[in-house]
Amino acid sequence: MTLADLTRHTGQWLRGAGARNDVVISSRVRLARNLAGLPFLSRCSIDQQRELEARLRKEVLEARIDKSAFYVDVAAAGSLDRQLLVERHLISRQHAAAKHPRGVAISGDEDLAIMINEEDHLRIQVIRSGLALGEAIERINAVDDKLEDRLDFAFHSRYGYLTACPTNVGTGLRVSVMLHLPALKLSGAIKKALQAARDMRLAVRGLYGEGTEASGDFFQLSNQTTLGKSEQQIVEEFSERVVPEIIRYEQTARQALLRDQRPALEDKVFRAAGILRSARLIGTEEALFMLSLLRLGVVLGLVTDVDLATVNELFLVTQPAHLQRILSRELSGQQRAQERGRLIRRRLGAG
Amino acid sequence: MGNGAKMDHPCDRCGKPATIYLTEITDGHKVERHLCEDCAVAEGVAIKAEGPISKLLEDFILQNSDETGELQPTCDVCGISFSEFVDKKLLGCPHDYDVFSKNLQPILNSEHGSATQHIGKVPHRAGSDQKKQNSILRLRSQLRTAIAAEEYERAAALRDQIKELEKT
Repeated sequence: MTLADLTRHTGQWLRGAGARNDVVISSRVRLARNLAGLPFLSRCSIDQQRELEARLRKEVLEARIDKSAFYVDVAAAGSLDRQLLVERHLISRQHAAAKHPRGVAISGDEDLAIMINEEDHLRIQVIRSGLALGEAIERINAVDDKLEDRLDFAFHSRYGYLTACPTNVGTGLRVSVMLHLPALKLSGAIKKALQAARDMRLAVRGLYGEGTEASGDFFQLSNQTTLGKSEQQIVEEFSERVVPEIIRYEQTARQALLRDQRPALEDKVFRAAGILRSARLIGTEEALFMLSLLRLGVVLGLVTDVDLATVNELFLVTQPAHLQRILSRELSGQQRAQERGRLIRRRLGAG
Repeated sequence: MGNGAKMDHPCDRCGKPATIYLTEITDGHKVERHLCEDCAVAEGVAIKAEGPISKLLEDFILQNSDETGELQPTCDVCGISFSEFVDKKLLGCPHDYDVFSKNLQPILNSEHGSATQHIGKVPHRAGSDQKKQNSILRLRSQLRTAIAAEEYERAAALRDQIKELEKT
């Protein structure tokens, strides 16, 4: 598998399956690791960064974590390819924008990505569809064990795994879920729900991680605390206490909309479906909002001729780099709006 | 607890001349004790002076300067000062966690809460103890200096030392 094949696949995590998939798009866990006996990345000389990239690339690929894994030299990749990886959540925006030697190893079905020379020497992530943090942590722990057989990680008896930023120290574990919360947004209760999440020491971010505003009705929730708790505790607190509560808020808000404002709700959903099926020019932002309402209509059973996987995939393929990759050429903003409209109409069976 | 010296008294533990004189009040009873330096260290009541006084002073100053003070702790391995960390929000090397431990504590508390002892996963790989990691870091930084100064003999010796340490 190569980078060029990516757009012909849908990442495992976008298939729309998994527990609580009416609200939870995906679950993600990541570990930050650094090699012992070396400075953190920002303090490495360019030669050290180059050596690190070469060495880690070799070790990661030789660790035989995934048979169909492939490696992308991010420093050598063009800007469109880097953007594509960001849109697929395989690298961070910071990793795409950096200038130093760096890369990413990706498993065949894209559930695993190992970034080399990000803020830390290694950033390992596992993404799963729906609410599946238990599975994700098991997988990442096994990957970490395999890497540990070959690499000596910086570790401190008091502070745990040492990271470039003290906000990640200890377990180095960040646990997050991508939630679709359209009803809370429509009913105006979203602020209260997100404040409750922040009170529980969670970070709330947008679709593309740090620094991105929550776009449309998608919110990424993650743990802040990485030190003083075990990995198990972090995952359990997050997936058994915090997340179910927010899911319940959203489900209650959806039922209230169905019960008290059904005509208005149906109007919004079917107008969105109408726009998506007929628009000739549609921008990224508008597509995101309309797809969000369509998704709500699908999970509530209002729209029955579209399946969840199709909607989830549309979120991805309507992003700028994906559109251009699928069409194999660079497009202006106007051309993208036109091609996006055409792609959506075709996938929704509207010609 | 008072802490002074009374030279003419033998140590309560070993009989050598006592240099530390303690008055402890436990449950309302006053207890006087005389200890030599070694026994005081063994009982954890005094810190043995090691190395020249200038080193002690330096440590004291490093431990007692803060973000607002002029005196900034600086990592002897990667060279960053605490204010550089505050500026960039990134540490320079694993050793910084020890060098800046006191300054980092409030940050760790605000990010992670009151419990700041790692209780999660521990690498199964043997030989990755902290002391060794720090020695390698320090040797590497010396190696870089040696190469820059074109001291190749010294650099070769340092390289061998690093290889030796990495093997164990």
